[in-house]
Amino acid sequence: MNLLVTPLLPLLGSFILIVAGSRLPKRMVPLVGAGSVGLSAIATLILGYRFISNSLTSIDITAWQWMDVAGFSPAIAFHLDALSLIFIFVITFVGFLIHVYSAEYMIDDDGYARFFAYLNLFVCSMLTLVLANNLVLLYFGWEGVGLCSYLLIGFWYTEEKNGYAARKAFIVTRVGDTALGIGLFMLFQHFNTLNIQEIATQAPQHWAVGSETAMIVSLLLLGGAVGKSAQLPLQTWLPDAMAGPSPVSALIHAATMVTAGVYLIARTHAIFELAPDALMIVGIVGAATLVMAGFTALTQYDLKRVLAYSTISQIGYMFMALGVSAWSAAIFHFMIHAFFKALLFLAAGAVIHALHNEQDMYKMGGLKKKLPVIYWTFLIGASSLAALPLLTGGFYSKDQILWLSLAGEHGNIWFFLFGLLGAFITSIYTFRMLFLTFFGEEKTHVHHVPGNGINIPLLILAGLSTIGGFIELPHSFGHFTVFSDFLKPVLPSISIQEGFEGIEWMIQLIAAGVAISGVYVAYVFYILKPGLSVELKSSAADLNSFFFSGWGFDALYDKFIVRPFVWIANINKRDIVDQLYEGLVWGANALNRVLAFTQSGILRWYIMGIVIGGILLLALGIVKG
Amino acid sequence: MNELQISSGLLLAGALFMLGLIGVLIRRNIIFMLVCVEIMLNAAGLAFIVAGSKWAQPDGQVMFIFILTMAAAEVSVGLALILQIHHQLKTLDGDAANSMKG
Repeated sequence: MNLLVTPLLPLLGSFILIVAGSRLPKRMVPLVGAGSVGLSAIATLILGYRFISNSLTSIDITAWQWMDVAGFSPAIAFHLDALSLIFIFVITFVGFLIHVYSAEYMIDDDGYARFFAYLNLFVCSMLTLVLANNLVLLYFGWEGVGLCSYLLIGFWYTEEKNGYAARKAFIVTRVGDTALGIGLFMLFQHFNTLNIQEIATQAPQHWAVGSETAMIVSLLLLGGAVGKSAQLPLQTWLPDAMAGPSPVSALIHAATMVTAGVYLIARTHAIFELAPDALMIVGIVGAATLVMAGFTALTQYDLKRVLAYSTISQIGYMFMALGVSAWSAAIFHFMIHAFFKALLFLAAGAVIHALHNEQDMYKMGGLKKKLPVIYWTFLIGASSLAALPLLTGGFYSKDQILWLSLAGEHGNIWFFLFGLLGAFITSIYTFRMLFLTFFGEEKTHVHHVPGNGINIPLLILAGLSTIGGFIELPHSFGHFTVFSDFLKPVLPSISIQEGFEGIEWMIQLIAAGVAISGVYVAYVFYILKPGLSVELKSSAADLNSFFFSGWGFDALYDKFIVRPFVWIANINKRDIVDQLYEGLVWGANALNRVLAFTQSGILRWYIMGIVIGGILLLALGIVKG
Repeated sequence: MNELQISSGLLLAGALFMLGLIGVLIRRNIIFMLVCVEIMLNAAGLAFIVAGSKWAQPDGQVMFIFILTMAAAEVSVGLALILQIHHQLKTLDGDAANSMKG
């Protein structure tokens, strides 16, 4: 099975849907849309089987030479190794499940074919991003997913605020992309190639550990990653991106695209390892983001916004793991997060659908009996997000990050404490969401119960987010490390600081205790004494509104970037540079008016002109002599 | 021919030329303007004659015959134009023919 098939199938599907989508019968549209991704998933399975059974370290394939100018010769070439295999596995499988879900979810939408065309194009771009063997192709995929994200956030473009959200997402991520672009230029200047493998082997020879250039390049790459992965300070676009349909939020803004930053840093870890300070900054960004987004999620009332902030927070965990060089832990959390967050978004979408587009959690409630499948799958997803111990996938992945943030070779106590605080908040807001939505009394009538097209993907994802955790068990019990062993050829494993070897079970106990106490707090506040949360909210109204607004970042950017920019744009509306040319035009016109005045049409004036000219010439002749 | 005669001849020619020029400039009747142009031509011719006699060369008189011929042709064209202007504008006022003004 050819490696090219995996990204090409969704591209083909997208092409068919764009060209002939409106003419296809409605049954055919999901068949093409979901079918192409499904086939791509099967191709991935076959590839993965061949990869593992032959114990290959990489598969390389060059489709064609893209361009070749003065030593700059990127190719359309794909490189499959353990890291990209995990990514394409998640992209195609979660992508396929979400396509299947969308087939029922979007059936009444006028843009049915358009939706699947964009979604397929997204899957193709994302696969290109993770399979690219050079950074130029990666950048191409990177921009491709950005475009699809823009198109899908603004999918219901007739509403102005959706278009605004789409533009915001596009522009804010462009800030990061510019940094990434500059980083690529610098890399090419130093290595004369953008092939990722060549850079990875050459970088340690070129740069000493801690060298300034490595630091600058790492920070530029981090800039790109921060934009795409919605981390501080470019996180403001993701909550607004929830304007898109729920399957889009699940696929693009939770499971796959927003983790592209994690992929980028893991992929270029050779450069980051040469800049320990930059790695430290990655960790700090992650730790700060995960706490910031957690507090914000606590105060939101829109179901999808809670999930959006929890996505930002969970990606913060991944960044923190990257920051302490716990590469495989970050990728492990990415995979488990993709499962449970896609599940949560799809379940939330089903709830919103069932309640006729009601997104306010305070207007939901009591859905446990009406939507049992959604409830149970949502419960599994929520437990995984809150990292409830032993049974959920999220526990194993998050626990590993917490453990390594303390005991890993670059770990420190602050990362660990931030992680714990984040875990506590995560389980509070997760179960607040669950209790508000499914418990209590019914406030909005359920219009229709979702069918199998929605239930089956939810059940599969629930299964994946549970059993997914068991492929990597901690040292203290089981010590089963298939996942990190699989990644070892690509991502170096992490060693444990001395003095920490024996206490892993203690950390796990603390993490488990924190998660469960978070659930208990949520239980007290939203089930036992519902008045308590209202009281708390009114007693700290300022803090609440500060958290609610996402720590005021939108207002800050509005004041310091958007308004000054609009002000300058207003001044420059008439184009200051153009004034010079407009002045030239004005001068020529004025001269023309003066000269046109002399052309009076009266013959005697002309003769007078000739006479004066003659006299002047004669006088000149006499004077010159 | 002595000095005095040359300078008085040239002065006469210059005076005639200036009279013609002033006539062209201040007259509005185009027939008078045409007549004044003829005067200027003849003044130029007179200057040629005076200069020819000064150096005892026939060229001056040859030039005068040229000017005379040209003047005849010019008058015929000019009169035709005047007829056209009168036909078009029903007037002989030169300033009335100003439809080419910018």
